Amino acid sequence: MDSARYEAVAGAIAAPVVTKVLIAGGFGVGKTTLVAAISEVRPLRTEEVLSEVGVGVDDTAAVEHKTTTTVAMDYGRITFPSGVVLYLFGTPGQERFWFMWDELAYGALGAVVLADTRRLADCFSSVDYFERRRTPFVVAANRFDGAPEYDTETIRDALDLDPDVPVLVCDARRRESVKEILIASVTHSLTKHRMAATHR
Amino acid sequence: MTDGGDRWLDREAGPVVRPYALTRGRTRPHGAALGLIDHVAAAGPLVVDARGLGPEHRRLLHLCRAPTAVAELASETDLPLGVVRVLLGDLLERGAVTVARPPAVCTLEESVMRSVLDGLRAL
Repeated sequence: MDSARYEAVAGAIAAPVVTKVLIAGGFGVGKTTLVAAISEVRPLRTEEVLSEVGVGVDDTAAVEHKTTTTVAMDYGRITFPSGVVLYLFGTPGQERFWFMWDELAYGALGAVVLADTRRLADCFSSVDYFERRRTPFVVAANRFDGAPEYDTETIRDALDLDPDVPVLVCDARRRESVKEILIASVTHSLTKHRMAATHR
Repeated sequence: MTDGGDRWLDREAGPVVRPYALTRGRTRPHGAALGLIDHVAAAGPLVVDARGLGPEHRRLLHLCRAPTAVAELASETDLPLGVVRVLLGDLLERGAVTVARPPAVCTLEESVMRSVLDGLRAL
């Protein structure tokens, strides 16, 4: 990285105070819905094209047939009166795109792992990822019609979560519910932050 | 064109032009990669030498009249992030845009967390 050159350019405008929270979970669990429920901008999708994917996988494939794979991530924004901007990033669901998560997770304030109680196993990998990275996260079970209603302790056991990880039930379509989830996430991050500071 | 002509060209069909054609095949920007929430701002019309700039460059310049996050520019232009990064790299090299990179540590400061928490509660 050409950071010296970059920094010289970077001095030109003042960086707004920004922070981000990641929204993770399996495919179809409601990440897009959650971001859309609270974002002040229309639900935006950012796409990344991975032109290298598939190259060399199949030697018989003609060049014309080389595929590009598109990864979509959801993106939302909330600007507070204090001037602080919170960005929400819905992470790409498929595990093979996880190399993108490192950029998303870098400097993130915290994360929300959305879970579908019909398919709890889908969020195992998200939980693993944030545990490994030591990114503070909360688990939010998104209510789906007809889904089994487990209590939060059952979900905690099923996901083998540490006792201090908050587990909540939410409705990703409702703004108030999403707000509660984000408050829980930031509160948890703040608690972890303070604990780390006292042990330093 | 017949009525069936654009049937294949909706969003589901994917881009008609391969995305990296816009960058003349370049997949990496000049200089350092831009982060998703780095903010880019146009430097002003007098600074910009428009020669060699494509319509996508101009579109980006127009969109970042006020400082705008890279992710938002990608979303607004409907271009893949990698393509936007290359195009912004071109603009940066010409001095047509300036960049502010939010320091990662600042987002993990207690004052920022408290501010976010207060803001969320007041929503």
